[in-house]
Amino acid sequence: MATPLVVSEVAKSFTMHLRDGIRLPVVNGVSFSVKKGECVVLGGPSGVGKSSILKMLYGNYGVDAGQILIEHQGHLVDLAKAAPRAVLEVRRDTLGYVSQFLRVVPRVSALDVVAEPLVARGVDQAVARERASELLAKLNLPRELWQLPPATFSGGEQQRVNIARGFITDHAILLLDEPTASLDATNRRVVVEMIAAKKAEGIALLGIFHDEEVRDAVADRILDVSAFSPRKAAA
Amino acid sequence: MTQTPLLKVNDVSKFYGSRIGCRNVSFELWPGEVLAIVGESGSGKTTLLSCLSTRLMPSSGIVEYHMRDGQYRDLARMGEAERRFLMRTDWGFVHQNPADGLRMTVSAGANVGERLMAVGDRHYGNIRATAADWLRRVEIEEDRIDDQPRAFSGGMRQRLQIARNLVTSPRLVFMDEPTGGLDVSVQARLLDLVRGLVHDLGLSAIIVTHDLAVARLLSHRMMVMKDGLVIEQGLTDRVLDDPREPYTQLLVSSILQV
Repeated sequence: MATPLVVSEVAKSFTMHLRDGIRLPVVNGVSFSVKKGECVVLGGPSGVGKSSILKMLYGNYGVDAGQILIEHQGHLVDLAKAAPRAVLEVRRDTLGYVSQFLRVVPRVSALDVVAEPLVARGVDQAVARERASELLAKLNLPRELWQLPPATFSGGEQQRVNIARGFITDHAILLLDEPTASLDATNRRVVVEMIAAKKAEGIALLGIFHDEEVRDAVADRILDVSAFSPRKAAA
Repeated sequence: MTQTPLLKVNDVSKFYGSRIGCRNVSFELWPGEVLAIVGESGSGKTTLLSCLSTRLMPSSGIVEYHMRDGQYRDLARMGEAERRFLMRTDWGFVHQNPADGLRMTVSAGANVGERLMAVGDRHYGNIRATAADWLRRVEIEEDRIDDQPRAFSGGMRQRLQIARNLVTSPRLVFMDEPTGGLDVSVQARLLDLVRGLVHDLGLSAIIVTHDLAVARLLSHRMMVMKDGLVIEQGLTDRVLDDPREPYTQLLVSSILQV
């Protein structure tokens, strides 16, 4: 079986046209891979490009050069060059992402926000809601909130909805952008257990964790992103 | 993947005399895909939508549609009758102003039922039942079925227009600023409704909007137009999170944060 995620020589810069076209290099020569059942944590100081790497892998940021190879349904897809519909297909079936902040959709209940990735894959709505309830219960989200749209939830509540949404599928690769940042100790432990369960299932995880306790508990390996920082190289 | 595009657009241009409406636009739309066309007033997005939906003839270029029989047909070479039939059955067109897409002086039920009759439905009871079902789906009380849209609020009219368009199970729906002119709370309800329907029915849609939040919520893919040209296109998330062109960066940075 192929390695689920291989990143090779990826470079990214931003050109700010509104500020006289200045070019901001973000990362250069990013190369690493994540194996099945492994949790790799991106390390390094703020602003070094950790979140940017996750966003490139998920397709929210374009890349200037390099390859992002994902094993998707038995063949390799280079997300750096894939057409939009191919990216969407990979997101639906193979690549999950827990972002730092929940993007709320007006009027959609927390339960349905969580169930949506399963429904998108053709799972029956009732089954998906059942699975969503289990996850929300596990993450200690008060039951009276389940039928409400998460727009008015607290930061920690929104984050738990977001985690449940990211963990509900059996996607082979999961990207985690500070999933525990606004959680209390109890819920941090729940998330650590959920990550351990994903690893046991053979899921490849790549994440950013600022909380040292969580990082030490989940990381198999820490990848120092400063090594890819062009600013560092110039200094 | 054995899928084929639903719509193939090749080098479409439209000139109004010497003025450019839109120029050299090419793209493919796939089944189940929602494409947003964004840009400021006068950028050519409505002209392009009109060219795609045969409301205007392009000055040059080809628009091909994948018919239900599996053949691609050049829309410009279709007969008028055939084109009108396509518009009434396999396509929908949601206008910004519901009054342009509804018949304001016939009942809500008849507005929905008319499209069913166009596809050959003749049983009054069935038509009325289907119309009632669609009113429910767009959240209009069933007891309003005999009222004329003149008596409806703006948001209700827009929802009725959507029901009228979707009742024949079209495969492709064009929308021109579907939420323009509505209150934000009404907008949110409509967006949620459209989002759900597009997903449940597996529709393809082309949505013209100047509202990037609408594009983010509804579309998979996005095209940014300026001065009649498509200056940037790609996955909606990518265009909004990592805009490349100066004009797209300006648009994205001009969004007001709440």
